[in-house]
Amino acid sequence: MLDGLQEILFTLRQNKLRTLLTAFGVFWGIFMLVLLLGAGRGMQNGVYDDFGSDVLDFIIVWSGTTSTAYRGMGPGRQVRLDLADIQAISQQISGIRIISAERNAGNGTITYQDKNSNAQIGGIPDEYFRLKEDIPFNFGRKPNPLDVEEIRKVVVIGTSVADRLFPNGEEPVGKDIRVKDVVMKVTGVFYDKGNRGQNSERVMMPLSTFQKLYGEGNLVNTIWLRPQKGVDGFELEKKVLELVKRRHDVASEDIRGISSFNMAEPMKRVTGLFIGINVFIWFVGLGTLTAGIVGISNIMIITVKERTKEIGIRKALGATPFKIVSTLLLESTLVTGFAGYLGLVVGVGLLELVAFALRSTGAKLPYFLNPSVDFQLAITALLLLVGVGILAGLMPALRAAKITPTEAMRAE
Amino acid sequence: MIEMHGIHKYYQTGNQPLHVLKGVDMQVREGELVAIMGSSGSGKSTLLNILGILDSYDSGSYVLGGQQVGKLGETEAARLRNKMLGFVFQSFNLLPFKNAAENVALPLYYQGVGRRERNRRAEEYLDLVGLSDRKTFMPNQLSGGQKQRVAIARALVHKPKVILADEPTGALDSTTTREIMALVKDIHRRGNTIIVVTHEQDVANQTQRQILLKDGLVTSTQISEPSPVAAAG
Repeated sequence: MLDGLQEILFTLRQNKLRTLLTAFGVFWGIFMLVLLLGAGRGMQNGVYDDFGSDVLDFIIVWSGTTSTAYRGMGPGRQVRLDLADIQAISQQISGIRIISAERNAGNGTITYQDKNSNAQIGGIPDEYFRLKEDIPFNFGRKPNPLDVEEIRKVVVIGTSVADRLFPNGEEPVGKDIRVKDVVMKVTGVFYDKGNRGQNSERVMMPLSTFQKLYGEGNLVNTIWLRPQKGVDGFELEKKVLELVKRRHDVASEDIRGISSFNMAEPMKRVTGLFIGINVFIWFVGLGTLTAGIVGISNIMIITVKERTKEIGIRKALGATPFKIVSTLLLESTLVTGFAGYLGLVVGVGLLELVAFALRSTGAKLPYFLNPSVDFQLAITALLLLVGVGILAGLMPALRAAKITPTEAMRAE
Repeated sequence: MIEMHGIHKYYQTGNQPLHVLKGVDMQVREGELVAIMGSSGSGKSTLLNILGILDSYDSGSYVLGGQQVGKLGETEAARLRNKMLGFVFQSFNLLPFKNAAENVALPLYYQGVGRRERNRRAEEYLDLVGLSDRKTFMPNQLSGGQKQRVAIARALVHKPKVILADEPTGALDSTTTREIMALVKDIHRRGNTIIVVTHEQDVANQTQRQILLKDGLVTSTQISEPSPVAAAG
């Protein structure tokens, strides 16, 4: 085996330029494939990042004024959702993972000592942050059921608010702040980058506290829900809308009376887009790689032709066809393997460099974030390479094996 | 050592099969030095190819060293060649990118002999053919006679049963021819069976026996008269 390898290295050294050019073809193919895939992944990351830290399957339902007459009631009627709707939905519709109400009281002034900030004031049950499970709480804790039950005057604040009220790295948790002149204790700081960070300009208090402060009983501004795993979000959305519209006597075609937004909708489009982009990238990448393969195959054919005499001599001296084929295959595999591996390393290195540069300078390219090639992809590329190497060498090698010693030694 | 009976060989050229060997009978005993003579077109190259298991035959029987050589697969043929035969070619057929010792060691490589042992034996046989001082020379640094010596060492190194030499002196001048033939005879005296294919009477005369091939048939075999050169060698 070692001997065989030495034989091969020997012949490769014999034809340095040719080996180099061949290797470059494969190197370039893999390099481009990795680069393209990495860039594609960067775009994907960038676009997904734009969706914020929201979980990607939520549905929200809110109400407005009716736009069509229905059951003897004219258009322009104000519809208000309430907690009974939530109860009805969770009782009558299956396939819901989490459902949560949200109330808000518009913008208000938040003050701490001599600093103040303007933020949206909301009231939520503790399920709300279970629904938005991806939202990081940098400090403190999420609201809990006891907060709601005991109508505690506590509040969680978004990072934008926290930054303005506690500018010098002061610990916000445990401090008393004034929310529209009502003193409340901060129990946590969250970061929600939805709405391009605007979602972090909010303060949220327990729903019960909110109801006590702002009245309006059981009315609700927004209903949030998430389907269970494997449940079709669109189907669920349809059922929920049907139920809520029936409960509030809203025409089923009225999209202003009861409105909804389903994250699955843009997700579907984006996912489709990226499938398209990925297909394109693989197509181009594999095309480049194919050029490399053809190059290798070509060179191997020439090699075999040039070495006809040598192969003939070797056969006369006792080389079996298997030995000839395996040597040539090993030769092409070695060249492609080495060159491809190099391409992989350089490609990944370049991507990492770009990612590092983006991170360290803090530059934010629109729709481009953290380009990378994952491990599985690297393995795929490597396997592809070995396959390619064997494939490229196979035809010429088989041809070489067919050479008879006599005809070979006649060739000059 | 070699028993051939009624060997026929056809070549397919166009739609007319060409009948090259028309029932060749020949024997070579162990330890013999034999010449196969014939003008071009007599079928002697074909006969050599069949003898060397480089080509197949269509009918007849061929026994080499007690082993029937019939229809063989490529792999078996290669193994048998490697075990039984050593080749010396007119155009030397050394691998140009390997030095003398590496060229000689090649048959051992295909026998799976270890590197160290290979090198030891290659050097031993280079000593034998009188090239002790040229072991690391590349073929293009060697003269024609030296190249043929390397080729002879290569044909001997794996201790084959029969050595086939195809016009071994065809590319050499007369002085070198004499030297090479002297070496061939020397090797013969060490107990090797050697078949020399040639069209040069001078060369053939230095063997023990000449087999004359004409139009695909053995027409005569005759015992050589020792020539002055042979006597000198």
